[in-house]
Amino acid sequence: MLWETLRLAVRTIRRNVLRSFLTVLGVVIGVAAVIAMLTVGQGSSQQVSASVQSLGSNVLVLRPGKRTMGPPTQGETTRAFTLRDADALAELPVVAAVAPSTSASVTAVAGNANLTTTVTGTTAGYVPVGGWTMAIGRNFSETEGRSGVLYCIIGETVREKLFGRADPVGQSIRVKGLSCEVIGLLSPKGATSFGRDQDDTILMPIRAVQRRMTGNDDVGSISLTLAEGVSSASAQREIAALMRERRRIAEGQDDNFSITDMKEIASMLTGINAVLTGLLSSVAAVSLLVGGIGIMNIMLVSVTERTREIGIRLAIGAQSGQVLMQFLIEAVVLSVLGGVIGIATGLAMAYVAAQVMAIPFTPQIGVVLLAFGFSALVGVVFGYFPARRAARLDPIEALRHQ
Amino acid sequence: MATASLSGAAPPVIELRDITRRYGSGEAEVVALGGVSLTIRQGEFVAIMGPSGSGKSTAMNIIGLLDRPTSGHYLFQGHEVGQLDQDQRALLRRHYLGFIFQGFNLLPRTTALENVELPLVYKAVPGPERIERARAALARVGLAGREGHDPSQLSGGQQQRVAIARALAGSPTVILADEPTGNLDTQRSHEIMQLLTRLNRDEGLTIVMVTHEEHMAHYASRLVVFVDGTVQSDGPVQGENLHVAKGG
Repeated sequence: MLWETLRLAVRTIRRNVLRSFLTVLGVVIGVAAVIAMLTVGQGSSQQVSASVQSLGSNVLVLRPGKRTMGPPTQGETTRAFTLRDADALAELPVVAAVAPSTSASVTAVAGNANLTTTVTGTTAGYVPVGGWTMAIGRNFSETEGRSGVLYCIIGETVREKLFGRADPVGQSIRVKGLSCEVIGLLSPKGATSFGRDQDDTILMPIRAVQRRMTGNDDVGSISLTLAEGVSSASAQREIAALMRERRRIAEGQDDNFSITDMKEIASMLTGINAVLTGLLSSVAAVSLLVGGIGIMNIMLVSVTERTREIGIRLAIGAQSGQVLMQFLIEAVVLSVLGGVIGIATGLAMAYVAAQVMAIPFTPQIGVVLLAFGFSALVGVVFGYFPARRAARLDPIEALRHQ
Repeated sequence: MATASLSGAAPPVIELRDITRRYGSGEAEVVALGGVSLTIRQGEFVAIMGPSGSGKSTAMNIIGLLDRPTSGHYLFQGHEVGQLDQDQRALLRRHYLGFIFQGFNLLPRTTALENVELPLVYKAVPGPERIERARAALARVGLAGREGHDPSQLSGGQQQRVAIARALAGSPTVILADEPTGNLDTQRSHEIMQLLTRLNRDEGLTIVMVTHEEHMAHYASRLVVFVDGTVQSDGPVQGENLHVAKGG
């Protein structure tokens, strides 16, 4: 009987394809929107966590200047760090490795090719702290890192622009007019979640950059990794205390430097992402509700149109429960059909969006099943009222209906 | 009584005992049936006539288990069925009754075969057997070869044959026909009546038919005439009875 009812429902729906399609359009749009939102949201949060992972885990970054929200305050001179600050931090037991860095914008030339990029002066610690690995060649040694020797480590983007696919190790490039030997190539990391290309970089020993490019002893920022098992909060307190002492900040005065935990940024970005995804999905879910009302509307019209048919069925011996099931199943088949079309459309939309936004396309079976179940539920909820109306018809009245 | 002696051996299928049917209440109360008693035996072909408002349609609805009497007893094959609820009556209709209507009442945009299959679907007859039986029913009414036709592709007479096949398909005990020739021309009407007569005579099917056409009543073996909610006359089809019906 159920099979018969299902077949009947499909036949009734196929009898009026255009009307059936318009009836379920609301559900199609609702399901497609929810699926697209959740899939894109999931993809972008994967993207965020991947790019934060690429910044290095358990990493703190110290920068001079107050930690401010909003536009930076003008006219405030902030003292930069020095290499001695980095050395002092390295002495702390909670700190595993330190990488002071200073950067300058430069033009790099190799043969006929040239490229405007950023050179970062740093020490041997930069590669492990930043979570980098060497693709070819080697990192600076400890002594090279602290010296003024003209060695370069380049990122994948720089290699591509200057050398194409050739092996750059042992070649030399000219950075700000200085000849610099390439000793290593970093493995590519790709863009950050803010879109900055991390591979567009040249690393040089920090003293070389200070002496020959920036012309001062300033250290722009210090990145450090914490020792195994150290809590970020207590480490931050210890580091802040040390830095306040070194920078002679009186009791009661604000810090003139900031400490950023990359994990905090990661969780903040993931949080924003989750809120946005949730918000957009709820808006999309409202259209599912509207879609359900559309189905109810058409089912009510259908019951009125088919009053005589219902009368015939009742006279022939259909019980009211069977008439109820007939119309309920019809509504459910309609809405599930809309759900399936919506799922396909939503996944296609998410796929296109993923390509355009350069984020991973991550269809989730759970979300698909949820959308499927939800569209069936919409059919049951909004189909019940019209179906009950059909089931309660009096056969004599129904047969008399024109 | 003549009918009793004619088919005295046959058991009663339908027994109405002092059936009343009232609509509304108080001042607005309308008495559609005011105490009707009627016994119809296995194998009878009964015509019911009467002017409009005489209660014949109400009586048909009660006999057809579409409506419930206000008071009185209705025994179907010896069982009290007058006060059964809607679903129980639906089951009885499904298994024992076949309906033929004036307006044919076929499902539109549904083939003849599928229309005839309908009662078998509700009787939960499995697919292949159902098609087999529906085909057989169509053949019995002379419509073999028209299985795939839509009602809109069939003439009025053919549509009514499909409706008869549908009524037959469920192998009912009684066929209830409500003005089966009301929408047909004379030629088609006689063909339909010949078909019903043959089913009654050759297959022993009990038929109760409401009609307002004398010619059609002639095909029946017994005539019941309703006037003002009561049975005014009941007996074999004769000129005298028909005259009463016409006069009323």
